[in-house]
Amino acid sequence: MFDKYIIDADSVRNLGPADAPTGFSFTTKLGYYRGLGLSMVEDMAVSIDDEPIARDCIRFDEGPGPLTLDAMETAFDRRWAFGAPAQLLVDHPGGFPQGEHRLTLQQRLRISYMPFPSINIDEKLIRFAGNQG
Amino acid sequence: MPSKISRGVSLYSFQEEMFLGTLSVEDCIAFAASIGATGIEILPEQNMPGFPNISDAEVDRWKAMVERHGCHFTAYDMFLDTKRRKDRLMTDDEQVESITRDLKLCHRLGIRNMRVLVFVRPDILGRCVPVAEELDIHMGVEVHAPWNLDHAWILRTIEEADRLGTRHLGILPDMGIFMKHYPPAFRARFERQGARPEVAQFIVDSHEAKIMAEYTIYEVAVKMQGNKAEVAMAETLRHAPYANPKRLAEYAPYFRHIQAKFYEMDEDCTDPAIAYDEAIDVLVGCGWEGTLSSEYEGNRWIQDVQAVDSREQVRRQHVMFERLIAAAEAKHGLQEAQ
Repeated sequence: MFDKYIIDADSVRNLGPADAPTGFSFTTKLGYYRGLGLSMVEDMAVSIDDEPIARDCIRFDEGPGPLTLDAMETAFDRRWAFGAPAQLLVDHPGGFPQGEHRLTLQQRLRISYMPFPSINIDEKLIRFAGNQG
Repeated sequence: MPSKISRGVSLYSFQEEMFLGTLSVEDCIAFAASIGATGIEILPEQNMPGFPNISDAEVDRWKAMVERHGCHFTAYDMFLDTKRRKDRLMTDDEQVESITRDLKLCHRLGIRNMRVLVFVRPDILGRCVPVAEELDIHMGVEVHAPWNLDHAWILRTIEEADRLGTRHLGILPDMGIFMKHYPPAFRARFERQGARPEVAQFIVDSHEAKIMAEYTIYEVAVKMQGNKAEVAMAETLRHAPYANPKRLAEYAPYFRHIQAKFYEMDEDCTDPAIAYDEAIDVLVGCGWEGTLSSEYEGNRWIQDVQAVDSREQVRRQHVMFERLIAAAEAKHGLQEAQ
């Protein structure tokens, strides 16, 4: 229902030393009409130009601090509020590639009243020239 | 004497703007007040970022906000995360505990209707009835398409309420069950996604003729070798039923709130898809007392091509409500005393 908004295309930043980035981050919102406990976020699959990034290279932070996707599964005391931006932190030596690249995010959510998972997909063309400002 | 139908809105209606941060909750409530839709239905899990830990100060702030705009709460939409854990479903005791948590917050907010998700088991709700009675909250199981008022699953909740002899368990109809015509907004989006106009027309015609969905899906998927968008469009027919609005009268004692689902309103303030004319005629005719609470769900069908204006859509629906309620009152001899 909110697929096209779940990646904030202007939020991509490199992480680590400017001359040797260790990864990148971007802002995402939950593609759902209410908030959800983190334990029900089954997956946040990230890829660049259709090249998938390993699940264990991705961490999530809705505010209190980063968690691996596996750790999210038992984070019963944490919740991602409706419409609230969160950070995805991606280990990716060299950072986000320079120039134009497609960034894809697939959120897979375990929604109790639905017989199947809710899949939300967004893909944005990112024009990245390193961290600005 | 006029009918006893009140008008309201669910904050669900403004999900697009609230998600994007262009409207606050208070903006939505102020807007509802401006169109005389003074009954406010909330989704605490959407509208209260701190859920489920809501302080007394927060409860007071909400009550004051609603009162400041001359509005009042009508309903509380609960959720139940039976799949909270990956390794197992919630136990029955945990489900009762979660629902009890919601009943308590609902009561603290001063709300007397709780919308219960349709998948919640009748026996679990039966166990929650003592608390609902103590707090004087009506638990209404949402009758959402493709279920309908006579569906066996819904009848189980009615039977549980009758067995317990309680007025605090019942149903809560979602008007999406009365989809008389296929929504033009659905068709338009599938065409933008690649559905051929002639195939889209076949699907619309099949819906109009009330042909069982499975026949149409087979025709489109197999015989016509439909593309992805065409098959997806045909599959929406499974969730696009037209139930008999006359049944509302028989079940009226079991509900006090209605989610007035809609996908689009035309410029002349008519709903091209859902049979509100028939439903409101029945509700007025049987003397039902409760709130018609707007539930706009059209954003997801148009956001790929245009900005969503939920307020304008809700405004048009309320112009329609006023018109249809007045017409039904006249028909049933319930006109306002001069």
